[in-house]
Amino acid sequence: MPVQVTAEVLSLARVGDYHHLTLAAAGVAEDARPGHFVGLAVGGLPGDGVTPWLSRRAFSIYRARPTGTATGTVEVVFAANGAGTRWLASRRPHDQVDVIGPLGRPFALPGEPVTCVLVGGGYGAAPLLTLAERLRGRGCPVHVAIGAATARRLFGALDARRSAVAVTVTTEDGSAGERGRVSDVLPDVLQRSGAEVIYACGPMGMLRAVAELATTSGVHCQVAVEEAMACGFGVCMTCVLPVVGSDGLTRMTRACVEGPVFRGDQVRWDAIGPRGAAVPRDCVGAPAVGPSAGGGH
Amino acid sequence: MTTLHPGDVDLRCSVAGVELPNPLMTASGCAAAGRELHQFVDVSSLGAVVTKSVMEAPRSGRGTPRMAETPSGMLNSIGLQGPGIEGFLEHDLPWLRAVGARTVLSIAGVSVAEYAQLARRLRRVLGIVMVEVNISCPNVEDRGQVFACDPGAAAAVIGAVRAELRPEVRVLAKLSPDVTDVVAVARSVVAAGADGLTMINTMLGMAIDTDTMRPVLAGTTGGLSGPAIRPVAVRCVYQVRAALPQVPIVGVGGVRSGRDALELMLAGADAIQLGTVLFHDPNAPVRIADELRAELATRGVSKLADVVGHAHRLGVT
Ligand SMILES: Cc1cc2nc3c(=O)[nH]c(=O)nc-3n(C[C@H](O)[C@H](O)[C@H](O)COP(=O)(O)OP(=O)(O)OC[C@H]3O[C@@H](n4cnc5c(N)ncnc54)[C@H](O)[C@@H]3O)c2cc1C
Ligand SMILES: Cc1cc2nc3c(=O)[nH]c(=O)nc-3n(C[C@H](O)[C@H](O)[C@H](O)COP(=O)(O)O)c2cc1C
Ligand code: FES
Repeated sequence: MPVQVTAEVLSLARVGDYHHLTLAAAGVAEDARPGHFVGLAVGGLPGDGVTPWLSRRAFSIYRARPTGTATGTVEVVFAANGAGTRWLASRRPHDQVDVIGPLGRPFALPGEPVTCVLVGGGYGAAPLLTLAERLRGRGCPVHVAIGAATARRLFGALDARRSAVAVTVTTEDGSAGERGRVSDVLPDVLQRSGAEVIYACGPMGMLRAVAELATTSGVHCQVAVEEAMACGFGVCMTCVLPVVGSDGLTRMTRACVEGPVFRGDQVRWDAIGPRGAAVPRDCVGAPAVGPSAGGGH
Repeated sequence: MTTLHPGDVDLRCSVAGVELPNPLMTASGCAAAGRELHQFVDVSSLGAVVTKSVMEAPRSGRGTPRMAETPSGMLNSIGLQGPGIEGFLEHDLPWLRAVGARTVLSIAGVSVAEYAQLARRLRRVLGIVMVEVNISCPNVEDRGQVFACDPGAAAAVIGAVRAELRPEVRVLAKLSPDVTDVVAVARSVVAAGADGLTMINTMLGMAIDTDTMRPVLAGTTGGLSGPAIRPVAVRCVYQVRAALPQVPIVGVGGVRSGRDALELMLAGADAIQLGTVLFHDPNAPVRIADELRAELATRGVSKLADVVGHAHRLGVT
């Protein structure tokens, strides 16, 4: 169950283009599993009543340690692209940040020691490193493929070597590893590894390519999606995407509580475009005629 | 004024004859049907849980993006996604009753007949203390004109709902601030049988992504909520309290602290709903109750009811 706590910044370090934030957050780490995320309030503590940014920022948990220090720690890796993440990037040790976590549904681990391929794009590699350790702990041979636009946005390629049989790296500009996208090398990695399961985290375009490849290769695939979220714990209905349920019906499904991890073949990629998701015609409760007029809630 | 101990402040209040242990309710659409919020705060300790607006049939809602953050607020265009009334009665209401929450059911429709049908469905349903009628919906029978923006259409909905419900179930009409004369709409729905008013719903707004040069929201326009609209809520509550001093008012719009709640109560709200703040701070109901007690204590006020409408006593119009 998620908790809301005032966390203390233990450290904030640059890793290439990203920031690695370590928080002492009581009660968050104990139940955290790979694929869980945290929701951080940015711009100040809620009780201060000063922040202009009222939606929470979601970050995959990179590492969670229940013990070690007096309070458990959670770590995230983030890109400072907008106002909220820039605020986070300017925190200093001992500053306070309000945290909710662990949130969402984590990756489901295989019951048997099957070979797995982990595919990470950019900071999306962060949650996969802990997943790789867990899988190895269960006797699963792990192959990792990590991609990014450029070398400064590759995360975890060295770390991954500790748990993985093999690590393949791609950059779009060729500044590290093979030139191209991680989905370009995936068919080869799948073939070499003989993997039965793929886990992926990264931008939606990458997840789609990975999921489609998994489907054509008959490999089980789980993807951790990234959708704009206001609350992160299931009350606002902003984070939805069309997902096929176990009854075969498509519903606009909350990524924050039913996800962010979904089976790749259950996401309706046909309805998801670069700017967002449309409501498929066969979705439960879809409007009978064309899109309804704009308005509130 | 003597300073009191916050623990001695009595937060009990009453809305249209319904007694509440404290004035803080959830706002419709900001706490779903209570379950997720219950992980953080015991929803039975709230004044009431107001549900997401429920319609007759299940609704998928709109495509995404559904949300755009704006300065001290946000725009949303969810499209009333929900399970429909049968789904709500089967899965959500039993849970709310089991945990002991006071439930206010918000209903929405696209025609007077849909609202009436929803109310009729509730006739034999127990465990709902009030029905809040979300009339900020486009009327399919009137070229999509929003009910809340037309005193006649708003009254038609409220009259139909009132006629179908058991008399002891209180009806709150939820008003939109997007009107020229909110008092005229308030008078009209009260005359049609509303026992109280909830003010305010979101304000229609829009954001454009200057990189893609297109509207941010898939629904183009969206409802603006959060502290950005609080002064509008204060104004609406104040104007309606002045014109209709006997009519109970539930104030909502941008409350994020005990001070904000107090401000709306001074304007004339008998109780308060918390919306957007819950996304930011799910523990807000507990925090704000404590802050409100402290605000009242420092002013030497021992009973919440004593501050309701206080701003009107200063003779300022
Ligand atoms: C489950 C999940 C896990 C994530 N994990 C990571 C991670 O490990 N590292 C990382 O750097 N980022 C991650 N993100 C994306 C991160 O949440 C956004 O980068 C961040 O919210 C941007 O905030 P901002 O204030 O800087 O940007 P702004 O553009 O100012 O934000 C405005 C609003 O849009 C939302 N928003 C903007 N971009 C995104 C986005 N890409 N995804 C979701 N919401 C967005 C913000 O939450 C905010 O409500 C994750 C998102 C989700 C949903
Ligand atoms: C995401 C979201 C969904 C909402 N859904 C509904 C709804 O279903 N019915 C309704 O009457 N109001 C709905 N509202 C409006 C709120 O109940 C409230 O009137 C408004 O947000 C102003 O309060 P706030 O500033 O505290 O959020 C919604 C608001 C938001 C932000
Ligand atoms: S982010 Fe609010 S419901 Fe998912």
